[in-house]
Amino acid sequence: MTIALSQFDEVRLDRVSRDFGALNALRDVSLTIRRREFIALLGPSGCGKSTTLNCIAGLLPVTGGAIWLDKNRVDTLRPEERGFGMVFQNYALFPHLNVRQNIGFGLKMRGRSKAEIDRKVDEALSLVRLQGQENKLPGQLSGGQQQRVAIARAIVIEPPLVLMDEPLSNLDAKLRLEMRAEIRRIHNELGATTIYVTHDQDEALSLADRIVVLRDGVVRQVGTPKELYEGPAHLDVADFMGFRNKLKGQVLSSEGSRVVLDVEGTHISGIARERLTAGSKAYVAIRPDDLEVGEQGPNSLAVTVDTIEYRGREFVGTAHTAGGLDVVFRSHEAVEPGSSVHLHADDQRVLVFAEPIQGRS
Amino acid sequence: MDAIASATPVEHGPSLRQRLAARGFDAVTLLVVPAVIFILLLFVYPFAFGFILSFEPKAGGWLANYQRFFSDSYLYDTIANTLWLAVPTTLVNLLLAVPIAFRVRLMRHQRLLTTILVLPITLGTVLVAEGLLNYLGPQGWFNRTLMTIGLISQPLKLVHNYWGVFASLVITGFPFTFLLTLSYVTGIDPALEQAGATLGANAWQRFRYIYLPLLMPGFAITFCLSFVQAFSVFPSAVLLGEPAGITRVISIAAYQAAFEEYDYSMASAVAMIMGFVQLAIVVAVLAARGLFYRGPATGAKG
Repeated sequence: MTIALSQFDEVRLDRVSRDFGALNALRDVSLTIRRREFIALLGPSGCGKSTTLNCIAGLLPVTGGAIWLDKNRVDTLRPEERGFGMVFQNYALFPHLNVRQNIGFGLKMRGRSKAEIDRKVDEALSLVRLQGQENKLPGQLSGGQQQRVAIARAIVIEPPLVLMDEPLSNLDAKLRLEMRAEIRRIHNELGATTIYVTHDQDEALSLADRIVVLRDGVVRQVGTPKELYEGPAHLDVADFMGFRNKLKGQVLSSEGSRVVLDVEGTHISGIARERLTAGSKAYVAIRPDDLEVGEQGPNSLAVTVDTIEYRGREFVGTAHTAGGLDVVFRSHEAVEPGSSVHLHADDQRVLVFAEPIQGRS
Repeated sequence: MDAIASATPVEHGPSLRQRLAARGFDAVTLLVVPAVIFILLLFVYPFAFGFILSFEPKAGGWLANYQRFFSDSYLYDTIANTLWLAVPTTLVNLLLAVPIAFRVRLMRHQRLLTTILVLPITLGTVLVAEGLLNYLGPQGWFNRTLMTIGLISQPLKLVHNYWGVFASLVITGFPFTFLLTLSYVTGIDPALEQAGATLGANAWQRFRYIYLPLLMPGFAITFCLSFVQAFSVFPSAVLLGEPAGITRVISIAAYQAAFEEYDYSMASAVAMIMGFVQLAIVVAVLAARGLFYRGPATGAKG
């Protein structure tokens, strides 16, 4: 392997901000990315994840803070001086150049010799498994092949950092799974350092070493997929991690992390993820997977079933409480729509969050 | 198709209407009829009429008009004179339009600037020519300012010669060239330039290796359309130029044949020669355009 990515110890974002006029797209984002890490920036659209990536790439100037590559400040450099590889959402392949010329573009701009370009391009082609396609124009390739060209083009310049901006969002579901595995394989084979932007939590959970959840231009939580999946720190992070049931209630008692809530007259106990005081409003967050049809008893909600969907191994249903709260649950047996059932959640699987402050926190 | 047709016997094939629709002819096709009539009456018929008329000279054989044109330097020089005006002004317009279009593409108040730049089109060539006559004349503001600040001692001769017509063609031709260029430049996905930048291409390299090859076909079309406009220059060549000398363009020769000699046959022949020269240049440019990539200028299928 002669594609040897230039090495460094860490990339550090130090209170990076970006304003678009009056709008703060990013506010004081601080983040350290270590060598060989695969970092996913996760968040809903408009949360600032692509802005962060464009600031790192140099396509958008930062309006505050600094970006460091080890001891070198890079946010003042032009994108062509940073040398970070970038994979764009729409691939941005040069339509007039064939696959070989597209991949070799960065090396040609660096004035490398023809022999070296040919050798490295060949290697990149085999890394992304596109041998035999090198003389085609991008328009003659399928979406997945275009994606591979885009990745090869970004890594062949041996960048210290590979930036990927929702690279799979234009692909169909099956190809997306395939390319997801490819991206991780290439990352591992090269020992690359990758920052990957996505709004798909499955992608982030399966690919990343660490996930950065962004919302409204602010970092909400940073952690490994396991940490985020099991212990989201805020209600909006929980929402992203699949806690689809969010039920508002009032805190009855709170001892350490044990908290009991009154949700429409039912007592639900769970684990507090934020500081709560008795009497305050709070949200109970439960995954559909953890809400099962069961007996009346503690931690059980009485609901009326609205719909029930067959999903192969199990059923997924929607229901509402007497007070009009909507819930999603799973069931091993079909439940009749319109019937009344009790949904039970294990108190170890119930997370309780403080009511989010309206507007930006 | 044949295999299916023979496997399942069909009692009667698709109706005439279905077969026509499959070839793209349906009721909507009728909407082009008015345009076809218009073109036949106002373009094809006059053109054919002029073409035939040019072979019916007042005196001599059927090629007499053409023989006269190409044996009289006073006549055949007009081709060179016109080319000498039309080609440089078209190139200057294109070279001016490209950097401005690149800048305007990034601007927020694009519409205001576009409106200002397009104004000369709406004014018409005669008004611009009259304006330039005063402005660039020996007693005009331009020369007086230069003399006042002492840059020159004698007024520059800028009208009634080549440069007067040149300036007029640039001013009236620029907006058109610019608008076309702008539409081609903004048609290129900005992500391509960003991709180029992240791959290490500096501004010049991005222009040279990404924008220019993608823009060449558009530039060729822009060149052709601007050139044809400039080639048919008439009012400014008369008003601002030296219509008996260096700016005796081919349309003046046609005008003189028709309305001074009353030889419509000769005038038609000049017009045919004019058309042929334009066609030759346009065909040459478009053929060169075939050498470049001509597909969509975006990075992906979308």
